[in-house]
Amino acid sequence: MLLLIAGALTVLTVRNLFVATMMLGIVSFLMALIFVSLDAVDVAFTEAAVGAGISTVLYIGTLALVGAQEKPGIKFAAGPLVTCLAVGAVLFYATNQMPPYGNADNPIHTHVAPRYIDVSPIEIGVPNMVTSVLSSYRGYDTFGETTVVFTAAIGVLLILSQLRRRKEDEDEDAEKPARKGLRVSLTGLGSQHDLVPHVVAKLLIPFIFVFALYVQFHGDYGPGGGFQAGVIFAAGFILYALIFGLQYTQKVLSSTVVLYLLAAGVLLYGGVGIAGILLGGNFLDYNVLSENAVSGQHLGILLIEFGVGTTVAAAMLAIFYAFAGRAEPVTKMPDQE
Amino acid sequence: MFFDQFNYWIFIVLLMIGLYTVMSRTNLVKKMIGLSMFQTSVFLFYISMGKITGGTAPIVVETAIGAPETVYSNPLPHVLILTAIVVGVATTALGLSLVVRINETFGTINEDEILEMEDDT
Repeated sequence: MLLLIAGALTVLTVRNLFVATMMLGIVSFLMALIFVSLDAVDVAFTEAAVGAGISTVLYIGTLALVGAQEKPGIKFAAGPLVTCLAVGAVLFYATNQMPPYGNADNPIHTHVAPRYIDVSPIEIGVPNMVTSVLSSYRGYDTFGETTVVFTAAIGVLLILSQLRRRKEDEDEDAEKPARKGLRVSLTGLGSQHDLVPHVVAKLLIPFIFVFALYVQFHGDYGPGGGFQAGVIFAAGFILYALIFGLQYTQKVLSSTVVLYLLAAGVLLYGGVGIAGILLGGNFLDYNVLSENAVSGQHLGILLIEFGVGTTVAAAMLAIFYAFAGRAEPVTKMPDQE
Repeated sequence: MFFDQFNYWIFIVLLMIGLYTVMSRTNLVKKMIGLSMFQTSVFLFYISMGKITGGTAPIVVETAIGAPETVYSNPLPHVLILTAIVVGVATTALGLSLVVRINETFGTINEDEILEMEDDT
């Protein structure tokens, strides 16, 4: 826990943004370990894959495009500090009224949670309560969140691809020469010379995919599910892209296919919901999907999780393609000159 | 006990660091990093609330007959945070892409310089 604070402080003080990003990754990983100790295995899983994996890649992608050095000579900001301390003090005062940590009689544990814990194994028949709450009791929420991921990916694509098109029209000299040095780091994408990463990646990638599929379909029984599997799946492709180069990856899974998958996942989710209506139930009511309620729930959760996994994987990949694709015109520039 | 609220204190300190980063730094990427940290601290808060001492992860385990009943931690915060993390990374990506775009338009990602440019025009 104290390590967390130390890490966070480093992130704040360090001037080089690359180092700050790495420290943020470490903080995320520590956070994942703490989540395990707090019994939140599913969350820890996600945090490790997302916080320490994908988001670090995204930050580095951005830094390669915008430059990694923070402006020197940061002035001491008194106003924000005072505000922060005030907020902290108020929150600290509030914790005095909080029920003690880990007590089973806390209000949070007495409202809906007992129902989920006691009844969900009977109603849903899925051992992992997180999965059953996620995709059955709170199916609407999850549908909304999947849509948010979908929308965010669309937004990133719109913002970044529009930029690329406009850049072709503009004069290429508009690029600031000073930045070029930093962008060389992305020309290393798909280097021919590094034997060790190539061999290791070739060994690892099949296992990553198998693991992702295991997480996807075993989410009912152990920690895992669509969100984690999607992220791990995307991580496999991103590893491939980082080591062998973007164009090879896009040969395997082109951006168009990714876009279709992105939509297909949400459609599958919504489709299952509407199938529920057509079969005489409510939206996202899985009980009617099969002869008896429990197997209907099983089928529904499996399909939903698959939809979520597809959307998340496709969204992460689309975002990564957008960032990496933005760097591509720049990497070609030295050849043209 | 004195350490009853320890997790909540850590959460507060992390939240303050994140908030301070967002408010005091002018570099936009650093602001995004601060925002991520702020977010992570909230995750810690939720998960801490869901923990029950002596509990186990909310996955059904078979108990031997006569054994004391298994205590599970609260699955609800886990569900909320699980999705929040993935949504968080998606929105972070959106923010970062805006940063890239701002850099393209203004040639800098420093808030001060952007404001100066706006004043000049």
